[in-house]
Amino acid sequence: MQPLAINHFSIVNSLGAGARSVASALRARRSGLTACDFESVVLDTWIGQVAELDEVRVRSDLDAYDCRNNRLAQLGLELDGYAAAVSAAREKYGAQRIGVFMGTSTSGILQTELAYRRRDPHSGALPADYRYAETQNTFSLADFVQRYLGLTGPAFVVSSACSSSAKVFGHAARMMAAGVCDAAVVGGVDSLCLTTLYGFNSLGLTSRAPCRPYDMERDGISIGEGAGFALLEKTLAQPADRAMLLLGVGESCDAYHMSTPHPEGLGAKLAMQHALDAAGLAPADIDYINLHGTATKANDASEDKAVCELFGAATPSSSTKGATGHLLGAAGITEAIISMLAIEQGVLPGGMHTENIDPALHSNYLRENRDARVKRVLSNSFGFGGSNCSLVLGAGG
Amino acid sequence: MRVFVEGVGLLGPGLDGWQASRALLAGTAAYAATPTVVTASDLLPAAERRRTGLPVKLALAAGCAAFIHAGRDAATTATVFTSSSGDGETLHQICATLASPEREISPTRFHNSVHNAPAGYWSIATRSHAPSSSLCCHDASFAAGLLDAAAQVAVDGKAVALIAYDQPYPEPLHAVRPISASFGMTLVMAPQATEHVFATLDISFVPEKASATRMTDSGLDALRAAVPVARCLPLLAALARGASAVVVLAYGEKNHLRVAVAPWQ
Repeated sequence: MQPLAINHFSIVNSLGAGARSVASALRARRSGLTACDFESVVLDTWIGQVAELDEVRVRSDLDAYDCRNNRLAQLGLELDGYAAAVSAAREKYGAQRIGVFMGTSTSGILQTELAYRRRDPHSGALPADYRYAETQNTFSLADFVQRYLGLTGPAFVVSSACSSSAKVFGHAARMMAAGVCDAAVVGGVDSLCLTTLYGFNSLGLTSRAPCRPYDMERDGISIGEGAGFALLEKTLAQPADRAMLLLGVGESCDAYHMSTPHPEGLGAKLAMQHALDAAGLAPADIDYINLHGTATKANDASEDKAVCELFGAATPSSSTKGATGHLLGAAGITEAIISMLAIEQGVLPGGMHTENIDPALHSNYLRENRDARVKRVLSNSFGFGGSNCSLVLGAGG
Repeated sequence: MRVFVEGVGLLGPGLDGWQASRALLAGTAAYAATPTVVTASDLLPAAERRRTGLPVKLALAAGCAAFIHAGRDAATTATVFTSSSGDGETLHQICATLASPEREISPTRFHNSVHNAPAGYWSIATRSHAPSSSLCCHDASFAAGLLDAAAQVAVDGKAVALIAYDQPYPEPLHAVRPISASFGMTLVMAPQATEHVFATLDISFVPEKASATRMTDSGLDALRAAVPVARCLPLLAALARGASAVVVLAYGEKNHLRVAVAPWQ
């Protein structure tokens, strides 16, 4: 594929608000995970909560969209000069020529969960202040982001569970290649809710400790929340040195099971191979792999097989979910941005909480930060339904 | 963007398959709304079949019929799924459980709650490792899916199946988001002419508000208005008539898709 420029991005999650905070937390090896005290949830698990969210209310003209997920979106849009950069792009390309492609798994479902507690005791009706389209509907996120940024081009939400906000890069690249838009706001937002906390718990997939990717004793995920956005634009014929580029996107399906990855990592391997093919690169060209690395027994075993088969056991890799938690539909964009920060700063983020690497896993898993010249990174995002997406990001020049 | 249509799948109220519905859509036979007949696909193993919700059945039934019509192998074809509502029954059950003192969600119900559940079951049923995405764009979910699928056909030069479905919400959600019926449809689109191609679509995204094409039959137009992805009906009607036509599909408040439909051969 034609590389696309990523000149602007923004990020917020339990590590902090803004790229600088997130990067410094990773450098200091500070995890954002805390024992779960979300809402009225009574579960023995850890979460990655965004502290700054309590202060946020959505912009008054978009009051109808007010919910935790859209507040988190707004918080992210206002960080790292992102909204201002989109505003400049709007002047340059026109509001109708910028697409908005967002990933989320649960959108504003918390709003519906809370509204169900307030159902009319006689009729069962939802409270009058409940706003379905603006909060619950899966599209709500892209609708909100598009209105917030004053854009009017093509927009939709991709909701393929934990691969959602990686796949948006592929959709945007195709829309731009087809000439439907000249630039794209891509990203993803997922926020804490009871559905995912109790849901993953019901599957026995939530850890009782901060999650430990690739550890012998790993016992599941820590759910987190966060938002991330990137602005995709066409590249100049000769991208500037160190300009950040989307080089490849690869997608596949496991065709195996709804909530368990393919045991041999078949779909994961296909997604990574397709991403390398799209970038015109060989496995040896990748300097670091940001793993999906959820810390479930099955994911890490499956992903490790796929990585080792394709890359061998030398390529440095880690999962940053020990720091951020699993951001579900926002994991793809979050880890794409963490990958770009690794390139910018020349630091590979070591995985956190992992004490004894599972001897059955053979990837070169980093447990400590490592200074290194990083030119190209592969980032994995795999989801329920066997939905896989890998991104290749790199620096120009 | 030009795509070549190889196959159509359709089921909705009074619309029992593409072939059976063609005369109704073309306006040469009278339409009567009867409840949507959805049969479970025998492509899924029995254990999986029992665990799936209506959206999966809708998507599989419309998808399988379209692939037979297209004479194409589903195992190697990329898919774009789109739905405004996803699995409304599952959403209701989960929210009701979470509002109760017990809060014990069934694990199957939880993994069926993801918007891409039909895509997941489809890939299992068809043994397809091909790329698949799952979109939502509220009332414009069909238009968004069509634009995305067409872009994929044009850019990647490969066939893509667009699978669109919607299911009514139970109460109390139905009161705030009334969707009148279960509806599923599939378009199999190729980048060039094949022996199964029977029409072409020239699709453009137009950044202007426009009135959407309506159905002549009042019952079908009511269906178009009452089910988000049934906004595809005017496009299917043009395909059913087999004559050249331009169809306008609304895409949000400020945009529309212009689809020029032409018969092939």
